[in-house]
Amino acid sequence: MKVLDGRKKQVFRKGEAPFEFDCEKQSLAGSVSQRACVFCGSRVVLYPIADAVHLVHGPAGCAAYTWDIRGALSSGPELHRLSFSTDLREYEVIHGGEPKLYQALIQLIERYRPEAVFVYGTCIVGVIGDDLEAVCKKVSALKGIPVIPVHSEGFKGTKKDGYKAACAALMQLIGRGPTDGISKYSVNILGDYNLAGEIWIIKDYYRRMGVEVVAGITGDGRVKEIERAHGAALNLVQCSGSMNYLAKLMKEKYGIHSLQVSYFGIEDMAEALYGVARFFKDAEMMKRTQELVSGEIRAVYPKLLEYRKALAGKKAAVYVGGAFKAFSLVKALRLLGMETVVVGSQTGSKQDYALLKELCDDGTIIVDDSNPVELSHFIREKNVSLFIGGVKERPIAYKLGIGFCDHNHERKIALAGFVGMLNFAAEVYQSVMSPVWQFTPRYMQSETRGDVHDECSRTVCP
Amino acid sequence: MNAHEPYAREVTINACKLCNPLGASLVFRGIEGAVPLLHGSQGCATYIRRYLISHFKEPVDIASSNFSESSTIFGGGANLKQALQNVISQYRPALIGIATTCLSETIGDDVRLILDEFKREYGAPGRPVLVTVSTPSYQGSHIDGFHDAVQAVIQQVASGGPKKSMVTIFPGMVSAADLRLLKEILIDFGLDFLMLPDYSETMDGVIWDTYQIIAPGGAPVSKIRAAGRSKAALQLGRCIRRQQNAAEYLAERFGVEGYTLGLPVGIKETDRLMQTLAILAGRDIPRKYQEERGRLIDAYVDAHKYLYGKKAAVYGEPDLVLGMASFLAEVGMVPAICATGSKSGKLAEELRKLLPESEEGMTEVAEGVDFEDIRMLIERVRPDVLIGNSKGYPLARRYGIPLIRVGFPIHDRIGGPRLLHMGYRGTQQLFDRIVNALIRARQDQSPIGWSYI
Repeated sequence: MKVLDGRKKQVFRKGEAPFEFDCEKQSLAGSVSQRACVFCGSRVVLYPIADAVHLVHGPAGCAAYTWDIRGALSSGPELHRLSFSTDLREYEVIHGGEPKLYQALIQLIERYRPEAVFVYGTCIVGVIGDDLEAVCKKVSALKGIPVIPVHSEGFKGTKKDGYKAACAALMQLIGRGPTDGISKYSVNILGDYNLAGEIWIIKDYYRRMGVEVVAGITGDGRVKEIERAHGAALNLVQCSGSMNYLAKLMKEKYGIHSLQVSYFGIEDMAEALYGVARFFKDAEMMKRTQELVSGEIRAVYPKLLEYRKALAGKKAAVYVGGAFKAFSLVKALRLLGMETVVVGSQTGSKQDYALLKELCDDGTIIVDDSNPVELSHFIREKNVSLFIGGVKERPIAYKLGIGFCDHNHERKIALAGFVGMLNFAAEVYQSVMSPVWQFTPRYMQSETRGDVHDECSRTVCP
Repeated sequence: MNAHEPYAREVTINACKLCNPLGASLVFRGIEGAVPLLHGSQGCATYIRRYLISHFKEPVDIASSNFSESSTIFGGGANLKQALQNVISQYRPALIGIATTCLSETIGDDVRLILDEFKREYGAPGRPVLVTVSTPSYQGSHIDGFHDAVQAVIQQVASGGPKKSMVTIFPGMVSAADLRLLKEILIDFGLDFLMLPDYSETMDGVIWDTYQIIAPGGAPVSKIRAAGRSKAALQLGRCIRRQQNAAEYLAERFGVEGYTLGLPVGIKETDRLMQTLAILAGRDIPRKYQEERGRLIDAYVDAHKYLYGKKAAVYGEPDLVLGMASFLAEVGMVPAICATGSKSGKLAEELRKLLPESEEGMTEVAEGVDFEDIRMLIERVRPDVLIGNSKGYPLARRYGIPLIRVGFPIHDRIGGPRLLHMGYRGTQQLFDRIVNALIRARQDQSPIGWSYI
């Protein structure tokens, strides 16, 4: 396989000098990038806010493809699971879509009584020149709730620019609410989207440490909580790709410090808690944290070791949206005795890739904004037993008879937290050790080559 | 039959349709060696890939010309050419199907002109066939994109000449299993044929030993070229607009004998297809199908009491809805709600033709609706069963009505592409599933919960 000329600097094999890596650029036309668009970036970030109406101002497709797609759970209202669009037709393309948008907003607010409305701009709106800002302002004044335009026209950059547009929209909410009564030991959780209830696991850890969570941004998100987020003492940023920008804006405006954390894997999860305890410089809290961490690890470690016994020495490929998740996955796989030989992301920064390079072993392929042709080639070349990615990567693995673990929006199993690590290990084990691979050409070919398979000597795991 | 007008509101809630380029992409995926390319933002291609992958569970590569802000202002020509170049270099395709999007249509890119320039610059050797179709999603929906793409392929690739024995069939947007069945039927009739599109293998293929950057299978370009020389062309789908009907086009342009039939769901509509094929092949309906038909009627008789008067809500593409309604009526069920997100404008009329015996007021026909409209109809009609794609599941759950999954997308179950809807065999499977769902509903509600029927 030949990597396209325009992408040569976005692929790196560790050990090959020098490290000149290109990233954070517009995808190459015709390369079949796994990325989506600006709109997608905004939509996924704001999606979990469950008591807001999310109105897509544009054609039906953009709304239909994002209807109920994230496994982002809510402990209460579920407005976010409905798909609203102005479904623009030719008439509006010619005459403008503002009247339709105005009517749609009024109708939605009267019917659903949301705490706020997010109005997403799409490509078409960017071209026909509807003034989202003006319509939102008018409706907001009339109805007395925040109606916030999200400038997510698809062509205006990459998915990462969509994250920024979402962060800018969130900044319009933050600062509106009262901050009295918020503990000095308080945090906001940024960049956890409560997939499969993950934020509930994390919130429980912080509660046990004696830390108040002011707002989940945006996992199990509520408008009123986000409006108070400026009262928190610390921002915890997971999913750096989407939320670093918000942390930066909040630092500038409210002086709130932030910590980069990850809740995936034992090491990173523990560090996410210790980091907070260290920040608050409270000896009691640190003691509680140590007890929590050691208790949690004790509960999962023996089982993890059993999985490790079966998985040790196997190779894995990781291709995910944000690079920060990739770090955690490399470490988590290492804990299971597995080596990551291909790793990449859609939106990593130069700094992220430099860190990845440090983290990985020699020979590992590091790739930015990859595509099916490349990924299929890399995973075969490296003969991996497992591929971790999202829906679009899954068939690439399966067609080649390779195990797969979904680490994207749609998963239904919590992978965050200590218990999440156990779930992750179980899922990896169940996929890699499944007897179905024995029928696949990949397995049969390696059989003829005389490779050793431990799939057949399965140990019974809980 | 009542034509139901969606209630006036300016917002679509849970759309019962997708956008045009999705339909076009699916068509292009049904051509051998073809790669779809969407002329627009990266997101259009990626969202559609994701949506198709979640149904088909197969790799679905769709390229994008990946508009930036400057291409939006100055035109997407340079991006499109670069995209073509990169698709050729990565995939070596036989054909690239270029579908436009809202964005490229609104800024007014002249794709044909850009392609002419590209052809001149690239030269002929190694250049794939380029087909282009206009698919802005502010006009129509995914089913229009589908039919428009079939029509575009035929208009831009097919040529005429002395007639051959080949029969061309346009199956419409049906499952991979349906396409396989149709092929089996055509082979059993001894017919040489072109089926366009044919994604029976490309979108529902076998496990691979090496990665296929373009999935094997699909309608061969050489046969598409010869479509104008077919002795007959069959369009399945009665709700297709005349200008989208590729069989009609072949008839008018090349004097091919054209037929328009319904999706062969149920005995009556399948009989019509079988009889037409028997005439074209000049032979009797093969015994295998006569037996399938006989077994199906036998099953109709065995289970008729479970179905009589039961009300169904059917939703999806107009022709799927029409086919289902025709089938439901022939087993004594009432297609009480016939809903589609598309606006063919023909569904009510075609239903009237197929179900003349249907009593006034028994069937609500709703075109251009979303799932909120369908919900309100369900509230009113209280059907016993829902028949449609996965996106009706929230309603099935809310109202406790069994959902028989048919059509596209099937996102919450395995095996969407393997669902059979057509022919006697497909009808048999549908019939068994519907009967059993109704029996199960009764069994679940029964205080006794008998283990026999």
